[in-house]
Amino acid sequence: MHTSLSPQAPGSRIPAASAGGFQRGSLTFRPQLSRNRWNAVLTGLAGLATTIAVLPLVLVLAYVLIKGGSLISFSLLTQLPPAPGLEGGGIGNAIVGTLLVTAIAALIAIPVGVGGGIYLAEYSSGGSFASFVRFGTNVLAGVPSIICGVFVYGLIVSTRIFFGQSYSAMAGGIALAVLMIPTVIKTTDEGLKLVPQELRLGALGVGASKMVTITHITLPAAFSPIATGIVLGIARAAGETAPLIFTALFSPFWPEGVFNPIATMSVLIYNFAIMPYQAQISLAWAASFVLVLMILAANLLARWLSQLARA
Amino acid sequence: MRLDSGPDLFTLRRRPVSDKLADRGFRWLTVALASLVGLVLLGILLTVMGGSRQAISAYGLAFLTTSNWDPVGDQYGALTAIYGTIVTSALSLVIAVPLGVGTAIFLTENIIPTKLRDILALMVELLAAIPSVVLGLWAIFVMEPFLRPFLSFLYTRLGWLPVFSTDPQGPGMAPAILILVVMILPIITAIARDSLLQVPPELRQAAYGIGTTRWGAILQVILPAAVSGIAGGVMLALGRAMGETMAVTMIIGNSNNFSWSLLAPGNTISSMLANQFGEADGNQVSALMYAALVLMLLTLLVNVLAQWVVRRLSLKYT
Repeated sequence: MHTSLSPQAPGSRIPAASAGGFQRGSLTFRPQLSRNRWNAVLTGLAGLATTIAVLPLVLVLAYVLIKGGSLISFSLLTQLPPAPGLEGGGIGNAIVGTLLVTAIAALIAIPVGVGGGIYLAEYSSGGSFASFVRFGTNVLAGVPSIICGVFVYGLIVSTRIFFGQSYSAMAGGIALAVLMIPTVIKTTDEGLKLVPQELRLGALGVGASKMVTITHITLPAAFSPIATGIVLGIARAAGETAPLIFTALFSPFWPEGVFNPIATMSVLIYNFAIMPYQAQISLAWAASFVLVLMILAANLLARWLSQLARA
Repeated sequence: MRLDSGPDLFTLRRRPVSDKLADRGFRWLTVALASLVGLVLLGILLTVMGGSRQAISAYGLAFLTTSNWDPVGDQYGALTAIYGTIVTSALSLVIAVPLGVGTAIFLTENIIPTKLRDILALMVELLAAIPSVVLGLWAIFVMEPFLRPFLSFLYTRLGWLPVFSTDPQGPGMAPAILILVVMILPIITAIARDSLLQVPPELRQAAYGIGTTRWGAILQVILPAAVSGIAGGVMLALGRAMGETMAVTMIIGNSNNFSWSLLAPGNTISSMLANQFGEADGNQVSALMYAALVLMLLTLLVNVLAQWVVRRLSLKYT
C-alpha cells in the first residue's frame, strides 16, 4: 500500500492521480535495474552474433577479390589451363563450360518448372495429385546435390545413353536441371497465385480460352516473381560442384560439343585447389573471382527483378 | 435455321476444334511436366536402391556399425562416414542456431536504423549465394591455417578428452564444422527473420504496453510466437548441413579411419561419395550407393520432420 503523491512534491514528474497512482520515480529509466542490465547484455550479444555472421562474407569476398582479382588478365580469361608443373595458362575453357552447362540446365529446368508451376497454380484444385506434386517438390529441394550426381551417373553416364558417351556436358546439365526444377516450380506456383483472380475472370469473360488466359494474361502478370526465381535458380546451379564431378567430369581442352566431358569453373576450383602446384592454385583463385562475380551479379539482378513488381 | 433468329450478334459462335485441342493439349502438357517431379524422385530412389542392392545383401546392417573401409580387401563399413555426417551437422547446428537467431533478432527489432538493418540483411543473404566450392578454397588456404594454433591449444590443454585427443595436422572435422556453420548461418538467419517479421505487431505493442523491456518482449512474447518457423528453418538447415558436399570434402581430410577426435581428419557420406564415386568399380560402387541411400533416408527424415514440426508448433493468429 503506498501513499498518493502531493502535486507539489519536488522532483515528481507525474501529477498525483489517485490513491492507486505511480510511485515516485517509477517512470524514470534506471539502468542499474537487473532487467535493464540484462537488456543491454543481450543486445550486445545479438550485435556480436550479427558481426560474426557478416564477418565470413566480408573475409571471403576480400580474399577472393584481392587474391583472385589481382590475377585477372585477358590471357587468363582466354587460355587453356597449363599442364601440371608448368606456369601461366588460363581458365577460358572453364568459363565457356560453366556457361554451356548452366544453359543446358536452364533450357531443361525452365519449361519443366514453369509448366509444373502452371499446373499447380492454374489447373489443380487441391486434389491428391497436386499435394503429391507439392510434397515431391519439397522433397526434391531437400535432396543433397551429390545424390543428384549419383542419380544422373546411374541414369546417363553408366548406361552410356547418349551415343555411347559416358561423361558429358549434357549429363552435367541434366544433373543441374534436377537441382533447379524445385526452385522454378515453387516460384512459378507462388507467383501465379499472387495474380488477382479478376484478371483471369476478365480474360475468360471476353472469351479467351484457358490456355490463352494463362499464356497472355496470368503468366505476363507474374513475370517478375517467376523471373526472380529462375535467375536465383541459375545462380545457384552455376556454383554447384557436387553434381558435376562425376557427370560433366573435367577436361583440359576447349569444349568439344555437348556429348563430351567438359570443364566448368566450379570443378576446376575443386580439382586445382588440392594440387601441389602454385600455378593451378592461382587459377583456382581466379576462377573463384569470376564465379563469385557472376553469381553476385545474378543475385543483384534477381533483387532488381523482384523490386520491379513492387514499383 | 430457327424462325426467331435475331441478328448475328446473338448467335453463339462455337470455338474451332483446333482451339479446343490446343487448350486441352496445353493442360495435359502441364500435367505431364508436373508429374516429371514425381518421376525424377522415383528415379533417384530406384537408382540408389537398385545400385545398393548388392552391397545390402553382402554387408547387411553391419555396414552401418563397422568402420572398416577397404577397397582392396572388398570389405566396407560406413560407420566413420555416418559418424562424421551426424557429428559435423549436429555440432555446426549447435553453433549456428544461437548465432543465426541472435542475428535475426538484431535485424528485426528496432536496435539499429532500418537502412543499416537492410544492408546487413542483404550481406547475410549474399553469403548464402557464395558457392560452397569457393568457401572450401577459402577454408583450405585461409581459415584452417588461421585456426590451427587454437586447435593445437585445445589439444595440448584438453587432450585428455577423447574429442580433442589428436594433434591437429591440417584438415579435420573441426574446420569442417566451422565452414558448415558459415554455410547454414544464412539459412537459419533468413528463415528466423521471416518468422519474426510475421509476428503480428499487436503482440509486440501489447508487451511493451504493459511495461516489459525489449528483451522481455523478445524472449517471452515474440520468440514463442515465431518458434514454429524458426524450428522449421533449423531442420531445413540440418538437412542442408548433412548433404553439404564440396566445402566439407575439401577441408575434412577424407580419412576412413574412425576417430572420436574432432581434431582428426574424418569423412562424411557426401564427401566419401565426392571423393570415391568417380573412380570406384564393382562392390565399391554398390557400397557407395548404400551409403548414399543412408544419406538420402537421413535427409528425407529430417525434411519430413521439418514440415511436421512447423505444423505442430505453429500458432494461429486471426
